[in-house]
Parts: sequence; structure tokens; C-alpha cells
Amino acid sequence: MTTFMSRNDLFLFLGFTVVVLAMPIWLAPFGAGYPDLLQRFMIFGIFAVGFNILFGLTGYLSFGHAAFFGVGSYAAVWSFKLLTLDAIPAMIFAVVISGLFALVIGFLCLRRSGIYFSILTLAFAQMSYNLAYSVLTPITNGETGLQLTLADSRVLDAAMGQTFSGQPVPTLLGQQLGGYAGFYFCAGFLILAFFIAQRIAGSPFGMMLKAIKSNQTRMQFTGFNTRPYALSAFVISGMYAGLAGALLAVTDPLAGAERMQWTASGEVVLMTILGGVGTLVGPVIGAWIIKYFENILSALNDNILARFWSFLPEGAADFMVTITSKFVGDGWHLTLGLAFVIVVIFLPGGIMEGVRRIAAAFRRSGSSSAKPSARTQPAE
Amino acid sequence: MFEVIFLQFLNGLDKGAAYALIALGLTLVFGTLGVVNFAHGALFMLGAFCAVTVRMFLTMETVTIDPEKLSPWGAPLEVREPLVQAWLGDFGAVLVNYSVPLSILITIPIMLLVGIGLERGIIKHFYKRSHAEQILVTFGLAIVAQEVIKSVFGPNPIPQPMPTDLRGAADIGAWLGMQANVITYPVWRLIYFIFAGVVIGGVFAFLQFTTFGMVVRAGMADRETVGLLGINIDRRFTIMFGLAAVVAGMAGVMYTPLLPPNYHLGMDFLVLSFVVVVVGGMGSLPGAVAAGFLLGILQSFASMNQVKAIFPGIDQIIIYLVAVIILLVRPRGLMGRRGVMEA
Repeated sequence: MTTFMSRNDLFLFLGFTVVVLAMPIWLAPFGAGYPDLLQRFMIFGIFAVGFNILFGLTGYLSFGHAAFFGVGSYAAVWSFKLLTLDAIPAMIFAVVISGLFALVIGFLCLRRSGIYFSILTLAFAQMSYNLAYSVLTPITNGETGLQLTLADSRVLDAAMGQTFSGQPVPTLLGQQLGGYAGFYFCAGFLILAFFIAQRIAGSPFGMMLKAIKSNQTRMQFTGFNTRPYALSAFVISGMYAGLAGALLAVTDPLAGAERMQWTASGEVVLMTILGGVGTLVGPVIGAWIIKYFENILSALNDNILARFWSFLPEGAADFMVTITSKFVGDGWHLTLGLAFVIVVIFLPGGIMEGVRRIAAAFRRSGSSSAKPSARTQPAE
Repeated sequence: MFEVIFLQFLNGLDKGAAYALIALGLTLVFGTLGVVNFAHGALFMLGAFCAVTVRMFLTMETVTIDPEKLSPWGAPLEVREPLVQAWLGDFGAVLVNYSVPLSILITIPIMLLVGIGLERGIIKHFYKRSHAEQILVTFGLAIVAQEVIKSVFGPNPIPQPMPTDLRGAADIGAWLGMQANVITYPVWRLIYFIFAGVVIGGVFAFLQFTTFGMVVRAGMADRETVGLLGINIDRRFTIMFGLAAVVAGMAGVMYTPLLPPNYHLGMDFLVLSFVVVVVGGMGSLPGAVAAGFLLGILQSFASMNQVKAIFPGIDQIIIYLVAVIILLVRPRGLMGRRGVMEA
């Protein structure tokens, strides 16, 4: 086992697995222990882990990742419609399609770097979004969104002699994937996705990607052709996004074009930055935090706030309710934006850097000898 | 056929003018400070909402209930008395009528303050950081601005009427000696185009013919040397940021009658104007203006039915398509300098 994974990696992986699988238990006191939200935690966790493989390792900031997410969703729903209601073929189909899509777009976009790369990915994603709304309506069903109907052909299911009544829902080997079954299905994929990301980060391939981030020119002077590595990272990351999109279609079989809009791409960037770019668990934590607060804050209303501030005198309580109500409910994006600006300004490494700093502060106060930073900067 | 093409050309001008104005500001900021400002669309939106606010103040009215009269459905009649008219009489009515152009006077100082405050408060700390981090922080600011506007003005678009004298269409065809009533063009769009021309000309003249502009241009070419000459270049660049904000704000004010502003106006225009900047060439002011008009006109042609019959959906993606082609074939853009951001 030691040659396969270092002890730290193994502990991290096992710890992550336990934390994820036990989520319904330990999140219950926080009011998040219900399957619908937990499924989204898993799905956006996968999305963010995948995004981090590109942005965290190679430093290429893609502003169009939602396109792959949307393509994954559409592919999965089409698989449900045409082939079978079973989830596994849909996942495979979605990952393959989004991987191919990422291959084409990545091949073009990676000819440029820096801001040009961001703009190129943004342009492709916006093109996909606009086309999904207009010309591609036969495939995407436009604004209504693609959904399952009883009249779908489902060739494989028909060949197996299965018949359905009522609203078709995705299944796994005949079992419906609602509720906690859906959560554990997604959780399995998140753990798998995390494991693969961990292996990539620790592999020679991962080292190449990190080298691209730290100094691409030097890499090229050393004789490496960096583009195949960056393209592989782009495709893997696109496949992750497709997987996440497919899972969203499994838990809620309705695919709409708004999943591909550039604000959706911005959201995964926010998740990754908030958690910590380039760390393994950071993006997942960022995704969980954003989805958690999206759920909690957007559910708050003036009545709940009034109860919360009721300990204050009359006028002050009203004042606080008016102020805080701007930050919750529909206005929770304001909180998100502010939090994001503050994180980028003061804590560029995200929450993971915050944890590291606090841990370092504790260690320093514990042992009087201050240890110099172990991180070395490459000489320029 | 010529008339149709000419008309599409005209139709592209007003949108092109808006793109050009926003892209001009973006390029000013990038050329001077080297910052990729994703919050620039938000400045355009803030300008538009300055116009909304001004109109709100001008149309404030007192509502009194007249106990003697009843409205047609039997309720007590409400008498609305516009305050501005009550105080200023006919002049007040003129003020309300011309609220959009008048808002520019108020928008200029506000946007200057917003721009300078933004630069001194936040963006100043990001000069030494990567472009990715600049994008991220300004993107966050754009979200904040958008949400603040949403919580103050609500999610729905707020229509802004144009002055009554400037409604209707101008018969441009007749002016040019062609048949009457073939080529007509809304007057306000014409005004927007002229306005954009004046602002763009003003910015170029400011940079070209004033000492301040000369120093700024020198700073754009070589910031360090200008600093070594004992000139406080940072302060001038801060003012240029304020100027870019003013240009974006004015563009937003004048655009309100054409498109009722809502909170995501900024985001809608931001992506497009970034594409415009890239097509024109990062850091090239004439490039930004030319690309703005070019893309506006191309978009207008792409939405012709004849074109859409050949390439379905082309009107939705034309701008992005042009950007992708330009970036892949000629990354420094149409007029970018060799070696600037060529990667």
C-alpha cells in the first residue's frame, strides 16, 4: 500500500470518505441534513474538484466551464429519453460527450493563455448558451428545458420488455434514485472523483501541470511541449463538469440552457476560490459553503429576522431587520459577492489558507521557536 | 437593396456606439493601470441608474385626496401634484421632460467619485497581482454592484421616456437626397451616435492636446521612466480611471431610453464589451472604438432575415464568433501593438 499512496494521502482520502458518507448525520443539526441539498453538495463538489484540476493545477482560468456542465445534463437526459432510464449508461454517455466537447473547445482555446484564454472560453460558452436557446431548440427544447415524457422511445428498456406508468424517473438497476439513495449514488461519484483528482495531483502528470502554472516558458525551454498536458487537464476537467451535469440530470431529470450561462461558470470559479485554489479539499468545501448558504440565507425572511433581532429595543430591532434583510432572501448574492471580494483581497488562498494560517498561529504560540516558512519561492 | 443595407448599417450604429464607449473605458483602464476590469459593465449600469434616480426625484409628487370629487369608479379622487412643476412652473415641466440628458450633469461628478473611490479603495492593491486575481476581484465587485442595485430598485426594468421633442424618426434618406420615407431612423439613436462621437472625440482630444494627456500617454508607454522624471503618474492614472468611469456612466445614461435599465444590464454589456476590446486589441484606444462600431454593425447585419436564412442562429453568436476567429488568427487584435499581450 505504501507504494500506491503515501500515508498522508491515504488518511486524507479516508477522512474525506468518512466525512462525505456521514454527512446526513453531522449536517442534520445545521438544518442541511436532507437529501435534496446533500445531492447538490455532492454534484457541485464534483464540478469544483474538476474545475480545480484545470485552474488549480495549470493556472488556466476558464470562464466557460458551465458549458460542459450543461452538455453533460443534456446528454444524460437524451440517454434517458432514447436508451434507458438506467443512470449508468447516461453517466457514461454524458462524460464521453462532454469530454469530446471539451477536446474540441480546449484544442482551440489553449492556443492562447492568460486573459485571452478566459475570453475564449467565455465566448465558446456564451455561443453554446445562445445556440441552446435559439437554433438548437430541437435538441435542447429551448426555454422550456429538456424533460422526460412517457412517450420517449427508450430503445433498451423497450427491448428488455420494461414498461412504465406515470412520470418516468431515472433508476439504477431498477431502483429509483430519489432521496438518500440518490445522495449515496452522488456521494460515490464524488469520492471517486476526489480519489482520481488526488491521484492526478500526486502523479508525474500532475507535476507537469503544476510546472505549467509556475512557469510555462521555462517548461518549453526545457523541451517539453506543454500543450498536450494542458489539453489533457482541460478535457479531464470538462469530463468532471459533464459528470456533475449528468448527476444533476439524474436527481432532477430536467435540463435547461440557463445551466450554461456565464454566471453559472462564474459560480464554480467562486466556489474554487472561496475554498482554496490548488488544494484538494478546498474546492469541495467552497462548493458546500456556497450551496449551504444559498439554501439557508435565501430561505430567511423578515419574520425570522425580526425574531432574531427581538432582543434589541424596538427601533433598533426594526433598523437591523431592514439592514440585514438586504443580505438574505433574494439578496443573498450580495452576501456572496461581498464575501468573495473580501476573500480575494485578504485571503487569496481561500478558506484552506485561512485554516493553514490559524494552524500556524497555534503552532507558533505552542512552541516558542518560530519555524520559518517551509515553502520556497522559485528564483526568477 | 442599397436602402436595406444602409438601414442595417444605421441600425448597428447605436449599439456599436454603446460598445465603443464601454470598450474605450475598459481600454483606458487597461492601458494606463494594466488592470482587467470586470466591473466596468457595472459602471455602465450605475450610470443608467443615475438617470433613473434623477427622474425619480424630478417626478416626486404629493398625493392629496379631494373629498368633493369621486373618480369614475366611485373612490375618492386622488389629486397628484408634481412637486417640481409646482415650484418651478413650466420650467419644471421642461426639466422632467429632459430628465435623461440632464442626468448627465449629475452623473459626471458621481461617476468620477465612484471611479476614483474604487481605484483608491480596492483596485490599487491589485496592480502587482495576476490578471486572474484582478478579474476575480472586479467580478466580485460587479456582483456586489448588481445586487445593491437590485435591492434598491427591484428586479424589473425601469423604462425611461425620452424627451418628447426627440421622439419619432428622422428621415435620413431624404437628407441625403434619396427618396423620402425609405430610410428613417429614430432620432434618439441618431443623438446617441452623435453623443458617442463627441465623447470619443473629447477623450482623444484630451489625450492628444493637453499636457495632462501627454503625460498619461507617456505613462502608458513607459510608466517607470515617467515616474523617475518626478511626475506623480499614479495620481494621473487614478484620474484616468475616474474618467473611464465617467465615460461608462454617460454611455449608460444616454442608453436608458433605448433599453430600460435593469440590474443585470452591466453584466449583459460587460461580456460583449470585453470581446470588443479583445477584437480591437488590448490597450489600443482606436482599436476599441473601431471594433465597437464594427461589431455593432456586424450584429445588425447578422440579424437580417436573408442572412439568418443562410446561417441560422448567426445573429446570436456573430460577436463571439468574430472574437474567436480574431483571437486565434491575430491575437493582438485589429489594431493592437505588436508585443502587447500577445500570448
